[in-house]
Amino acid sequence: MTVHDKNAEAYWKANLRLIIGSLIIWALVSYGFGIIFRPLLAGIAIGGTDLGFWFAQQGSIITFIILIFFYAWKMNKLDKAYGLDEE
Amino acid sequence: MSQFAINLLFVGGSFALYIVIAIWARAGSTKEFYVAGGGVHPVMNGMATAADWMSAASFISMAGLISVGGYANSTYLMGWTGGYVLLAMLLAPYLRKFGKFTVPDFIGDRFYSSGARLVAVACLIIASVTYVIGQMTGAGVAFSRFLEVSSDAGLIIAAVIVFMYAVLGGMKGITYTQVAQYVVLIVAYTIPAVFISLQLTDTFLPPLGLFSDHVQSGVPLLQKLDEVVRELGFVDYTADVDNKLNMVLFTLSLMIGTAGLPHVIIRFFTVPKVADARWSAGWALVFIAILYLTAPAVASMARLNLMTTIFPNGPTADAVKYEERPDWIKNWEKTGLIKHDDLNGDGRIQLYNHSPAFAATATERGWKGNELEVNNDILVLANPEIANLPGWVVGLIAAGGLAAALSTAAGLLLAISSAISHDLIKGSINPHITEKQELLYARISMGLAIVVATWLGMDPPGFAAQTVALAFGIAAASIFPALMMGIFSKRVNSKGAIWGMVAGMVFTCVYIFLYLGWFFIPGTASFENIPENWIFGISPLSIGAIGAAINFLVAFGVSAVTEQPPKAIQDLVESVRFPRGAGTAVDH
Repeated sequence: MTVHDKNAEAYWKANLRLIIGSLIIWALVSYGFGIIFRPLLAGIAIGGTDLGFWFAQQGSIITFIILIFFYAWKMNKLDKAYGLDEE
Repeated sequence: MSQFAINLLFVGGSFALYIVIAIWARAGSTKEFYVAGGGVHPVMNGMATAADWMSAASFISMAGLISVGGYANSTYLMGWTGGYVLLAMLLAPYLRKFGKFTVPDFIGDRFYSSGARLVAVACLIIASVTYVIGQMTGAGVAFSRFLEVSSDAGLIIAAVIVFMYAVLGGMKGITYTQVAQYVVLIVAYTIPAVFISLQLTDTFLPPLGLFSDHVQSGVPLLQKLDEVVRELGFVDYTADVDNKLNMVLFTLSLMIGTAGLPHVIIRFFTVPKVADARWSAGWALVFIAILYLTAPAVASMARLNLMTTIFPNGPTADAVKYEERPDWIKNWEKTGLIKHDDLNGDGRIQLYNHSPAFAATATERGWKGNELEVNNDILVLANPEIANLPGWVVGLIAAGGLAAALSTAAGLLLAISSAISHDLIKGSINPHITEKQELLYARISMGLAIVVATWLGMDPPGFAAQTVALAFGIAAASIFPALMMGIFSKRVNSKGAIWGMVAGMVFTCVYIFLYLGWFFIPGTASFENIPENWIFGISPLSIGAIGAAINFLVAFGVSAVTEQPPKAIQDLVESVRFPRGAGTAVDH
């Protein structure tokens, strides 16, 4: 079916907003905390090193998992709210 | 029982398990053969995707590179997991809605052009062959140790086994075999890590052990490691890097590449529903993360154990005598992957960083150069031996390493052969070939790909994980942008997509070949691959991110000055954006 109505457009916009928000967090924990801003976090000690090291080796991975599950949950709700789910 | 017999038992046993499952699952349903994961729960599909995804690079090579590079090589950890976020949000659900089986299918249809399809096939083949070179390197290392032969002989044995394994074919499509492979590889990876974490930090979970106190010295493990390596002239394990640009671009290349690799994307084409594609990506990452959260602990602990073995009385005391070297060094010397050269003739093994900054200390201690060369790729496999773990743990890790290398290599070979026989020959050159001929072409291309990958794998462009990283750069620069623009833009047309892919691909490959040899043929590099020679300090491993940017720019630029895509195509783009109306994936 082709979907051209306002409803579909609103759904797509909501999806894009969600993606952009998620990708900002995605970039912040890896490129931000893990790499570029590591010197700024150097004061926060954790197990013999600093927070930036933790984000680069563990924190970013854990955040990625949370992000995907959050996105999947939120999108499945959006699918239903806009009546665009598969059933 | 000798170690050799134990290894044989574990490797043989795990292989027998995969074959039994394959036969059992195949008898259950022939449809499974085509629709891998169709009707399979997202958790199971996630596990199978994780097995497909985690290769020799993740299992054998990555922790070794982190071990040597420390913080600087965190890029592999972030890069090879962060790509799943892109996959879950930017590609998987929409490609599932599109509902066909191969990446060139989507690109060919969306850009209404067999030219675009051909370019996609070429990109897919170049990325996959490069990836297989890395797998062969890793499998060769595993076989050489476990059969106690030279690394070249190990590589050839690996090639023969991969070929037989891939020709069995259907095994790849069966989700439950991959679930079994995942279980074998994750158990093999985590058990030694738990033992070592308990030994060094008295902490059961390795990811927590990484940030715990070192039992013998009472200071945090990472601090202890920093102190030891500093004493021997190495850069601190946790030291920050100066070239942040390169680190960012390298991580980005790996992430985009992850989302652009055909054998991973394929798994999301065939889940039952669009919603499942999203969940599947999440579950895949959970199962991948179990290994990826363990790897940095393995890396740091292996480095510390290695240093303690060589300097049993601390880094400031004398090194171990060559005559009294531990068995694991003797074992690995047979493969040629560890070499000792007693430069100062004192009968001891000095392992240190022979740099100008450390020269004065070295002279003072009577050292004339680093005497032990350890290939990075052996570290994970040698880890249980270094830590004196029981023989069955050593056998287990051999089985795990081979499961990782073989499952991915076989998957890639199938992707290459289907690209050639299905997309190239049947889809473009001669649509009338019979199914039998198609299968014949598939086998021939598989054989050719193995021969090329093995030959180049004899003198690979890098350690397994680095070679694989190059493949990611190539996929990042070519396939990912085309897929993403195909979904998120209605304006990009066939000319834009083709020129974008060609530009990104050619740019990335040329930059890589300049430093690593033309078509990876040893001895043909135009410049030595050292940081001083890199343009703006960007390494060949990181260039894929720039290639992807060029791809996007060229595609938008060319599309802007040429015609709109036809109405039917714009409707197709519209339709993939909404889950409603997704049937099951169709064969064609």
